[in-house]
Amino acid sequence: MDKTREIICIICPLSCQIKIRVKNKKIVSLESNGCRRGKEYAEQEFYNPQRVLTTTIKVKNSDSSPLLPVRTDKPIPKEKLRECMQYLANIEVETPIEIGQIIASNILKTAVNVIATRRLKS
Amino acid sequence: MRTNNVLIIGGGVIGTAIARALSRYELSITLVEKEVEVGFGASKANSGIIHPGFHDQPGTLKAKLGLSGNVMYDKLCKELDVPLKRIGSLLVALKEEELGILEKLKVQGELNGVPGLKIVKGEALFQMEPNLTKKVKAALYAPGLAVVSPYELTIALAENAQQNGVKVILDAEVKNISSVNGALKRVETKHGFILTDYLINAAGLFADEIASMVEARNFTLLLRKGEEYILDKKTADLVKHVIFPISQKETKGVLIIPTVDGNLMIGPTAKRIEKKSDLSTSREDLQVILNRVRKLVPQISSENIIASFAGIRAGSEKGDFIITPSKKVKGFINVVGIDSPGLTAAPAIAQMVVDILSQEGLKLRKKRDYQPSRKKWIRFRELPSREKGRLVKKDKRYGNIICRCETVSEMEVIEAIKRGARTLDGVKFRTRAGMGRCQGGFCAPRIVQILARELGIKVEEVTKRGRKSNIVLTKK
Amino acid sequence: MRIQKVDVAVVGGGPAGLAAAIAASSGGAEKVTILDRNKTLGGILPQCIHNGFGLHRFKEDLTGPEYAQRFIDRVEELKIEVKLETMVLNIRPEKKILAINAKEGIFEIEAGSVVLAMGCRERSRGALSIPGTRPSGILTAGVAQQWINLEGYLPGKRIVILGSGDIGLIMARRLTLEGAEVKAVVEIMPYPGGLTRNVVQCLYDFDIPLFLEHTISFIHGKDRVEAVTIARVNEEKEFIPGTEKFIDCDTLLLSVGLIPENELSSSAGVRLDPFTGGPVVDERRQTSLEGIFACGNVVQVYDLVDHVSLEGDIAGKNAALYALGKLKQPKRLIKLIPGRNIHSLVPQLISGEDMTTIFVRVKTPEKSVKLKMGQGIKEVKKPLVNPNQTLTSTLSLKELVLLNALDEVEVSIIKEGRE
Repeated sequence: MDKTREIICIICPLSCQIKIRVKNKKIVSLESNGCRRGKEYAEQEFYNPQRVLTTTIKVKNSDSSPLLPVRTDKPIPKEKLRECMQYLANIEVETPIEIGQIIASNILKTAVNVIATRRLKS
Repeated sequence: MRTNNVLIIGGGVIGTAIARALSRYELSITLVEKEVEVGFGASKANSGIIHPGFHDQPGTLKAKLGLSGNVMYDKLCKELDVPLKRIGSLLVALKEEELGILEKLKVQGELNGVPGLKIVKGEALFQMEPNLTKKVKAALYAPGLAVVSPYELTIALAENAQQNGVKVILDAEVKNISSVNGALKRVETKHGFILTDYLINAAGLFADEIASMVEARNFTLLLRKGEEYILDKKTADLVKHVIFPISQKETKGVLIIPTVDGNLMIGPTAKRIEKKSDLSTSREDLQVILNRVRKLVPQISSENIIASFAGIRAGSEKGDFIITPSKKVKGFINVVGIDSPGLTAAPAIAQMVVDILSQEGLKLRKKRDYQPSRKKWIRFRELPSREKGRLVKKDKRYGNIICRCETVSEMEVIEAIKRGARTLDGVKFRTRAGMGRCQGGFCAPRIVQILARELGIKVEEVTKRGRKSNIVLTKK
Repeated sequence: MRIQKVDVAVVGGGPAGLAAAIAASSGGAEKVTILDRNKTLGGILPQCIHNGFGLHRFKEDLTGPEYAQRFIDRVEELKIEVKLETMVLNIRPEKKILAINAKEGIFEIEAGSVVLAMGCRERSRGALSIPGTRPSGILTAGVAQQWINLEGYLPGKRIVILGSGDIGLIMARRLTLEGAEVKAVVEIMPYPGGLTRNVVQCLYDFDIPLFLEHTISFIHGKDRVEAVTIARVNEEKEFIPGTEKFIDCDTLLLSVGLIPENELSSSAGVRLDPFTGGPVVDERRQTSLEGIFACGNVVQVYDLVDHVSLEGDIAGKNAALYALGKLKQPKRLIKLIPGRNIHSLVPQLISGEDMTTIFVRVKTPEKSVKLKMGQGIKEVKKPLVNPNQTLTSTLSLKELVLLNALDEVEVSIIKEGRE
C-alpha cells in the first residue's frame, strides 16, 4: 500500500514541505516545487538521513577545561547518533590537543572520524 | 546538657534583633532557625521600609513601637554597618475629596509623635518629585521614612549577636516542645534537644504552630501575601521618595519604593491566603500593581522589571502586634503577629522583649566586653577608584569581578562565605551578586563553583537556598 | 593610577571584538588592545560546540570553538594585546577607559579610538514576569550550555524549554543527547523562532514536541522546579483559559531573546536606538560620539556570527583610520527609517559616499515580498522574509547618488505587486 510522508526541506530558508509517496520502502513520487536541491535532500532524508554529531569528551589532566569539544568529520547515519554518544562517553583524552586531531577513528565502523574542535594546551 | 537562659525560635529580623539585644548581657542564648540561613523566611521578602509612623492608630503597639523603632535605626545601622537612607515619603492625594484624609493622617501622625509632617502641593511638590502625575492634588510629606535592606539587616543582627556569644543553629526546624519540672523547656530539632529557661516564639509565619506546641494557643495569624517587582537601576532617577497612595484598606497600599540599593521596587499587593508555602506571583497582581503605580508615576513601565518575588505577612487577627508572656507557661513569650511596621519596630520590639524577660525574673547583667559594632563589610563597588586599586594590591581577588551587573569581586564572595553564606541566595543577599539586570546569568555558575571550593562540597551539592534547591543535578 | 596609551581599544573579545581588533591592526593601528571579562577569548563561541558557523565567511561548516580559533590565531600573529579577566568599569566620551583586573589592579586606558563590542545578554525570567514560584532549576539556555559544554554538569534531567530561538533548539538536542528528557519546547509566536534546519534536526529528529502559540502560565515547585503549566495564548498573548497543560519537569530553560549589553555605552553618552537596543551607528560603525565605534550584537542582535564578524571588520578598520587621524568625517548623514514590517536596521545613518550593506531584521514572516528603500531607489524581491534571519542589502554607488538628494529614507517590506 502507498504511504505518504512530508519532509521539510532545510536546504534554503523557504522551508518547503516536500510530499513523498512511498511503496515498499521506496519513493514512488515526490513533489518538490520543481526544485532539484529539494528533491535530492528529500531522497537523502528518506533513504539515508545523516547528521554531524558534536559533543564533548572528558579531559584527564586539564585544570582549566574539563571537557574537549569534538565533532564527526563527516555526517553519520542519524540512527547512530545515540550509539555514538555512548561510545564517546567512555573516552578520555589527555592534553595537549590540537584542532582537527583525531580522537576516535572510524567510529562504529562508519568510516567517520571524531575530531577535536578546540585547542587545549597542556 | 547545658541549659540556655534564653532560646529564640526564628531567625528573621525579629528573632535576630532580640538575640542581638540580649547578647549584651551575661546570658547563654541560642537561636534556632528552620531555614539554612537567617532571614530566609518573611524577612527576605520585606519591602525594606522604616516607616515614619503616621499610618498606625494611636495607642496601638504598632504606633508606639513603630515610632520608637524608627528613631533607633540610625545608631543600629551605623553599629552594624548596614546602609540606611532616610529618603522620606510622600502620601499622595489624587482627588479633592482625599485632601481630608491627608489632614487626618497628619493629625494621627502628630498624635503618635511623628516629627516633621507637612502637606506639600503645587510647584514645591513637583520639585520634590518631578515625575508624579500632574493629577496630584497634594501630598503628606514625612521626612523620617528610611529604606534599608531587610536581609542585610537580619544577617547583620545575627552576625553581631554571634560575635557576642549567641549560638545560632540553622536548618533546625522545631519538631516538639515539652516542659520539664513545670518551667524548664525542652525543644527538639533534628540536631537534638535544647534546654532553656526562657523561650521566645519569634517564628513569624509558623508562630501559631510553635505556640500550639507549648500551650492552648490564644491567637490566630492572618496571612496576607504580597507581590513585589523590582525595576532596573536605570529607572532609579524616576522617584526619590517612597510614594504611598491613599489606601482605604488595612494595608498601606501599593507603593513605589526607591530601595537602599538604588533600584525601584513596586508593590506589594495584599491577598488573604491559607497556605504558608504559597510564594507564587501572578499576572493579575502584576497588572494591579502596574495599574496602581502608573496612576501615581505614569512613566513606570513593565519593560524595566528585572525580578519579582512574593512574601507573606503573618499578622494577627486583632490587627496589632502580640508581645506577651504566657500566663500559663512561665518563661514562654510570644512575639507574634508582626506584620507592617514590623521591620521598623524590630529594635523596639527587641527592647520590649528584654524588658519583659527582666520582669519575668531573668537576671540581666551587662557584659563588660559587649561589642556593638559588626566587622565592616567592604562594598567594592562603592569605593573610589584609588581605594579599589589599593585593595587589589592587597589581595588580587578584589580585582576579579564576579558579578558584572553589580560589580562584586571574588574576594567579597569569599568573605560572604567566610561570614556565613552557605547558598547562592546567601551570597546574593550579602554581596548583591546576581541581583542586577541579568539576574545571575553570568555570575551564578562562577559563584556556585566558589561556594563548592570554599565549603569543600561538590558543585552538585550547592543549592540556591537549601534543601533540594540544587543548582545543577549531575556531573557528566 | 597607571595610564596606558593605545591606538585602538576594543571592549569585548567575542567574535565582533576579535574581528575589529584584527581589522584595526591590519589597518595600520600600531597598538591595539582587547579587554575582555572572560578567561578566554571568543565570547560565547567556546561553548557553542555545534556546527553551522562560518558558512559565509570561510565557506566551511565550523563549530564555535573552531570559528573562534581562526580569529584568535590571527590576534596572536598580529601581536594584539589581550587583557583577559578584565572588567571595564566605565568609558568616557574622551575615549578614556577605566578597567580593573587582578594582575594590574585598576588602570586607565587612553585610546585613540574605542570599539564597543560587548555583545548581548539573555533575557531572564525576571524580565518576563512568568507567574509562579521561584525555585532553583530556572536558567537561560546559554547558562545551561555553559554548564554542559564547558563545566561538565547537567543542570537537570526533565526539561521544558521556553522559546524556540536557535539557542533553545540547539540545547534541546544537546540535552537529549546527554541523556536528559526534553519534554516540550514552548513558543509564544505562531512560528518557531529558530531556523528550520534546527527545528528539524534538534526537535523532530528526537520527537520533541513543539507547542506554538503557547507559553508558561505557571512555574510550580518549592525548592526545585517541579512542573510547569503551559497555556495557549490569544493574539494579545493572554492565556486562554481551559487550554492549560501540566508538564512535570525539574528544569525550565529560557530562550526568550537577547538584549544588547549597552550599560557602558549609555553611561559614556552614546545615543541608543530604541529599535535595536544598541548604539545608533553610521556605515563606518561610528556612534554618536566621535572616535567611539560599535559592532556586532551590541549594535543589533544578529542571527549569524558571520554577520557579527563582518561588522567587526568595518568598525575595526574605521577605528584604526580614526586613531591615525585619517578618517574623513562625512559631510552629512542620511537617516534610514524602519518602515512597514521592519523591526530594526543597521546602520541607521549613511553618508551616501561609499557602497554600504544594510542589515535588516523584520517583525513577522512574509512570503513573496520586496525590500524597498525610499521612492524608486531600490526594490529587491525576497521570496521569504523571517524575523529569525537578517536580511542584507547592498547599496550601489548608483543608488547612493539617488539617495544623496534626501535627508531620510524609509526602508520597508512591501507585498509584491504593490507599488
